[in-house]
Amino acid sequence: MIPAASVKTLVIDGTDVSARSDQTILEAAREHGLAIPTLCHLDGLSDVGACRLCLVEVKGANRLLPACVTLVEEGMDVTSNSERLAKYRRMILELLFAERNHVCSVCVVNGHCDLQSLAQAQGMTHVHFPYRYPKLDIDASHERFVVDDNRCILCTRCVRVCDEVEGAIPGTSWDEVSTPRSSPICASLGGRPRRVRVAESAYKSAPPAPYSRRVSQVPRQRRSGTSCRTFP
Amino acid sequence: MLLEDLHQIAAKEREAHQRLRYCVSVCVAAGCLSSHSDAVKESLTREVAEVGLRGYCQVRGVGCLGLCSGGPLLSVEPEGVLYQGVKPEDAEDIVRSLDEGRLTHLECSPDQPFFKRQVNVVTENSGRIDPERVEDYIAAGGYEPLVKALTEMTPQKVIDQVSRSGLRGRGGAGYPTGLKWGTVSKASGDTKYVICNADEGDPGAFMDRSVLESDPHRVLEGMVTAGFAVGASRGFIYVRAEYPLAVKRLQVAIREAKRLGLLGNQICGTTFSFDVDVRLGAGAFVCGEETALIASVEGKRGMPRPRPPYPAQSGLWERPTLINNVETFANIPSIIRKGGDWYASMGTKKSKGTKVFALTGRINHTGLIEVPMGITLREIIYEIGAGLPEGQTFKAVQTGGPSGGCIPEQFLDMPVDYESLAQVGSIMGSGGMIVMDSSSCMVDVAKFFMEFCMTESCGKCIPCRSGTAQMYDLLAKITQGTATSDDLALLEELCDLVKHTSLCGLGQTAPNPVLSTLRYFKDEYVAHIKDKRCPAGVCPCGSAKEVSA
Repeated sequence: MIPAASVKTLVIDGTDVSARSDQTILEAAREHGLAIPTLCHLDGLSDVGACRLCLVEVKGANRLLPACVTLVEEGMDVTSNSERLAKYRRMILELLFAERNHVCSVCVVNGHCDLQSLAQAQGMTHVHFPYRYPKLDIDASHERFVVDDNRCILCTRCVRVCDEVEGAIPGTSWDEVSTPRSSPICASLGGRPRRVRVAESAYKSAPPAPYSRRVSQVPRQRRSGTSCRTFP
Repeated sequence: MLLEDLHQIAAKEREAHQRLRYCVSVCVAAGCLSSHSDAVKESLTREVAEVGLRGYCQVRGVGCLGLCSGGPLLSVEPEGVLYQGVKPEDAEDIVRSLDEGRLTHLECSPDQPFFKRQVNVVTENSGRIDPERVEDYIAAGGYEPLVKALTEMTPQKVIDQVSRSGLRGRGGAGYPTGLKWGTVSKASGDTKYVICNADEGDPGAFMDRSVLESDPHRVLEGMVTAGFAVGASRGFIYVRAEYPLAVKRLQVAIREAKRLGLLGNQICGTTFSFDVDVRLGAGAFVCGEETALIASVEGKRGMPRPRPPYPAQSGLWERPTLINNVETFANIPSIIRKGGDWYASMGTKKSKGTKVFALTGRINHTGLIEVPMGITLREIIYEIGAGLPEGQTFKAVQTGGPSGGCIPEQFLDMPVDYESLAQVGSIMGSGGMIVMDSSSCMVDVAKFFMEFCMTESCGKCIPCRSGTAQMYDLLAKITQGTATSDDLALLEELCDLVKHTSLCGLGQTAPNPVLSTLRYFKDEYVAHIKDKRCPAGVCPCGSAKEVSA
């Protein structure tokens, strides 16, 4: 008799690993204590495969595959820590740092930042690309939260939490507006984009964990548990 | 609607046509319309009425006649005379010349290589039928293959014919169409969809627009046949809102086909039903990518998602979905009519059949051409395109739009097929072909396409969103003459990164214009960086003239 979800065995970085057929490479790796870096992934949310940091090499595949959305297969041979991948990850992080204002030394979350820790872990020593410094508005319309889009990495974790966990943004109405490189995350309720709503819904969902570039103005103990990498 | 009914309509239409002494067909596709062919048609109609030829001479609008650079074009039957550059004032002369011989000063020889070297499959009716009259299409043999498929063939047999034809996706990637159809037909689920990708966004490409404007029923017929083959009962045509004429003609075609029972419930008295809706795209290039297109049809923001799952397994509303390009569907009626083996007899070993190209740039004959696969670039440019205007020397030909590359002179004798083009660093793409001469700076060309990709990037994945912007800045720096050799190295590294780590085809192919120009025209990059000089005199870093002076 064959059970509904069969077990697959595969090799990740030389380690034999077993996983359910409905698990992703990332889940299988983490279950076995193997670290694959991620930015846009958050446990409990749908995966979008957008940050490209979890790309892995799979023997026989003609391209790199995102571990967060690629399901395990029998006999897969996965490499997640090659020199080539390390170089790509460093460059992607550098691109992120250069894209907006991510200067750790003057940042309020210096030392408590996923982006910063990841950069350190990946051995990113400096940014080769010129900083672009877009000038984006700061939204301080909410009494408890400030949204500083200059620190946003557009991972959409906050949006997905609001949508999938909190249900604050109905259906498909999350969006980024204007040109993506300099766009603020924006949400629309009933069609009209209103950024302030993100702040509100993000506040509502702060305990479960939203995510992006929210700076909380509430006392420190209430700041824990946001989903934002650059602004925990 | 049975085969006999179709034949009856066709016979009636042909009879009406034979009663006419003359038939003047004016091109009313977007190319000629932009040079006022509608005014030409109007004044011809007026003139015919004034002279009292009504009933003997019909003036009608037809689809693209191909040679867009000669527009407005019109053809006069039965003599088969082709006139180019016609103005509304010429109407009187043309109508008078019907009985008295031809107007030599407007004549455009239909025997020139531009027409003679072409093999028309997709465009066989283009310029020969009125795109807004279904009877005209039926008289040209249209919808017969569909009726044949529905009444005489099984879905599997249809797929077999398509597989035998060796047809590959004409949207650019060249995935075998028969294989795709087979996968969708085998996918489990009762509800399946067929989508026609008419979101043509490459700069300089207008094949899909022209096919839709000239012969919309052909695309519909291909879609219905596909729906029958894969077991879908609903189809969508995703077409850019920037193509209002194509949209209008499609809508007319859908209405007409429904009226005749060739679309809708129980087509041809069988149990098969198929309905088609038009969906308008808002002009985002990324929506040509199939997963982004599906999101857009669903009413979401047009952003791609990782594949697998492929649309064949889980596409529109998570149902198995077949997505093909306009040209792919337009090939289907001919394949069903004449058989897969006939189609496979054209082309090369791995690339069968014909391909439509939009020939533009520094070339004498710009326009729409259809050629068998395997023809050389030299034949296309120097025979069909009649070469470059006098005094200009060929430098490169760009194929595949922002995802393609620039091919230099040494590869002009290379056969045009999917593999050969990929080998030299370009792609077939949807069929844009831009010829460039020595007045084009290749760094500037690369910059143009990079700017395009940067603006069209949806912003979802970091390498494409941020990488294209950095690459554009580096290219801008090179054209301004302020770049160093380190910048060039960084540019190459970025190309590698964006190509291999981007989420969808847009990002993965965005570095191609840079990579191919770096491969064949590195000296131009070096001249910009080392000598602070633009050899073509295009870039602001100091033209060749200034240096020599």
